[in-house]
Amino acid sequence: MRYARHIALDEVGESGQQKLMNAKVLVIGAGGLGCPALQYLVAAGVGTIGIVDGDTVNESNLQRQILFATSDVGRLKVEAAKERLNGLNPAISIAIYPENLSAENALEIIRDYDLVMDGTDNFAARYLVNDACVKLNKAFVYGAIHKFEGQVSVFNFNGGPTYRCLFPENPQQSQIPNCAEVGVLGVLPGVIGTLQATEVIKLILGIGEPLSGKLKLINLLTNSEQIISFTRNEEQVSKAIEIDLSQSYTDESCAIQESILPHELVDWMEQNRSINILDVREAYETPKLNHPNVISIPLGQIPHRAADIPIDQALVVVCQHGIRSQHAIEFLKQHNYPNQLINLEGGMAAFHHHTTA
Amino acid sequence: MKLNIKYFGMIAEWAGTENGELDFSGTSVAELRAEVEKRIPGLNSASYQIAVNHVIAAEDTIITLGDEIAILPPFAGG
Repeated sequence: MRYARHIALDEVGESGQQKLMNAKVLVIGAGGLGCPALQYLVAAGVGTIGIVDGDTVNESNLQRQILFATSDVGRLKVEAAKERLNGLNPAISIAIYPENLSAENALEIIRDYDLVMDGTDNFAARYLVNDACVKLNKAFVYGAIHKFEGQVSVFNFNGGPTYRCLFPENPQQSQIPNCAEVGVLGVLPGVIGTLQATEVIKLILGIGEPLSGKLKLINLLTNSEQIISFTRNEEQVSKAIEIDLSQSYTDESCAIQESILPHELVDWMEQNRSINILDVREAYETPKLNHPNVISIPLGQIPHRAADIPIDQALVVVCQHGIRSQHAIEFLKQHNYPNQLINLEGGMAAFHHHTTA
Repeated sequence: MKLNIKYFGMIAEWAGTENGELDFSGTSVAELRAEVEKRIPGLNSASYQIAVNHVIAAEDTIITLGDEIAILPPFAGG
């Protein structure tokens, strides 16, 4: 019988297993943290699971995002994840949201779940998860990683502290390292995501001591671990309750820079519009864009290869998700690039999704 | 007094160490913040918290000899 080893635990038993089956958990981000957490939550028999992620599987994800197979490259992560998880435990109802969490969809998606797991990979999304969960009075399990180090906590649980109580300020965009450039040990998100799944299961069962008001820190290189305590800050809680999501989580850089959506770029290409395309991704990132005027220069090399960038017509700058391309545009603007600069919103991941949908 | 400070994440990279010793003449967390920001380039524009003896400390928390100090940035990665 599938859950025999759970039921054998006094802390779980038949009634605990039923609590798991009745629970609805939303996993935001099917990346390094989301993949291992999803596997354990589905295997544990958490009855309803939602997965939010607008990205497609990239080859460079496979080093740590163990839910995906090589043959999944290019597929929507949520679809590949659902297929794999259905095989693992067909009794689980899995809802997929093939979009990134945004000011527009956050409240609507989160509302239907009991508990949220934050597996996002940028600060804007993490503050959005916090603010939406605080508004809706949902607890969420936080996990975040950097190279060999990870953090885990439980926020907004039973009147406990929130993410803003621990880290009040949203770090400036300039402080955020480029996601494709920062390395990460592949097992690290496995460790941290698994700890997040553990906290989710403990919260559902109401057993043990959840990491509410506690930040667990782990360094896999030094094997050091510690727990830091913190308290609720009503001012920071009010900030989350009062914040207008659509005002606070618009992509400001997109508002100032001209940008196009994937379907517009497809139209432009079909119309043979006069453009050059600058691809600022690393050489290994796929899919490549098929266009006669593509020049590839990874973001880090732009400062010393700026002279290679053609200036005779408008320049569409692309990367995987539309973030690095904005940095490239900022750099080129500062260095007085003489022609129009246009960002591909959502990058090649969104473009690929559009063209294969 | 000599303080032992643990640095985490990118701040450890900026500090060049995960466990540093700092000669500190002040008394409060606010003064410690000013002191480490003088020594670690880039820290003054970063978001981070200071924990004293495993508790996130307020700016007016008093630091005494032997306290365990940790300097913690949030991580974005997932």
